[in-house]
Amino acid sequence: MNQNYTTIAQKSSSVLATNKVLRNTYMLLSLTLLFSGLTAALSMFMNMPPMTYLVSVIGGMVIAMFVLPRFAHSTAGIGIVFLITGMLGFGLGPILTMYASLPNGGNIITLSLAGTGIIFLGLSAYALTTRKDFSFLGGFLMVGFLLVLLAAIANIFLAIPAMSLAISAVVIMIMSGFILYDTSRIIHGGETNYVLATIGLYMTIFNIFISLLQILGIMGNDD
Amino acid sequence: MDDLNWMQIVSALALVMFIIILFPATLDKLKNSPKGTSSEWMSFFFPLIVVFLFITLLVALV
Repeated sequence: MNQNYTTIAQKSSSVLATNKVLRNTYMLLSLTLLFSGLTAALSMFMNMPPMTYLVSVIGGMVIAMFVLPRFAHSTAGIGIVFLITGMLGFGLGPILTMYASLPNGGNIITLSLAGTGIIFLGLSAYALTTRKDFSFLGGFLMVGFLLVLLAAIANIFLAIPAMSLAISAVVIMIMSGFILYDTSRIIHGGETNYVLATIGLYMTIFNIFISLLQILGIMGNDD
Repeated sequence: MDDLNWMQIVSALALVMFIIILFPATLDKLKNSPKGTSSEWMSFFFPLIVVFLFITLLVALV
């Protein structure tokens, strides 16, 4: 009997811990997205040159890969997450300025933003309500992501618009898979650090938004 | 090919760097990820099809 009580107590404390990670992740994610929006607006206002995007993305990724893991378990980790997301948002400025200058630009940006939000919320709701374990996707998604990076390198030199379109579509599919995978990891206790969980989900949202912008930009401008 | 500028070269180098960094983690995930059953794969492909249809709708709207 006592053992049953202990098991139930352990389970409920594990669920509480999971809920806390989930709540903190979504709270930090919301704040970082708002902050990115602000830095993107600032970058647009300052009329930053196109190379800002490249510098910000490379800088953000390097900090996310090499600096953040060292500070993820301290309060400094939160500051670093804001630094990374602020940089990525700032890098978006010139891209948004370029799309805004297109005849249908405002519509493309609005649809990309709304589309990204709907995809993220829909997939998160799916993973949260079904509570399915998507841990089997890890290898598949990583291999898919590496193949996409190889294709992207090839297309830098080939510059085929149809290939850009295909790459963007595949990136959205892979990032959708990562949303399911990351959310499922939080639910099942595979990720207990909300700072790392936040940056993972932020990267998926960022990539979906950029890819949607590219797809709608190509398809929305026939000339 | 003649129009390659420094931004394209830096982009390509950065992507190569990311591939090199991510490669060990990818191998590790491949070896250690559990195998999914056919019903688990279906539960993954179903939302992806919905996402694909949703993007098609967005393209039609733009």
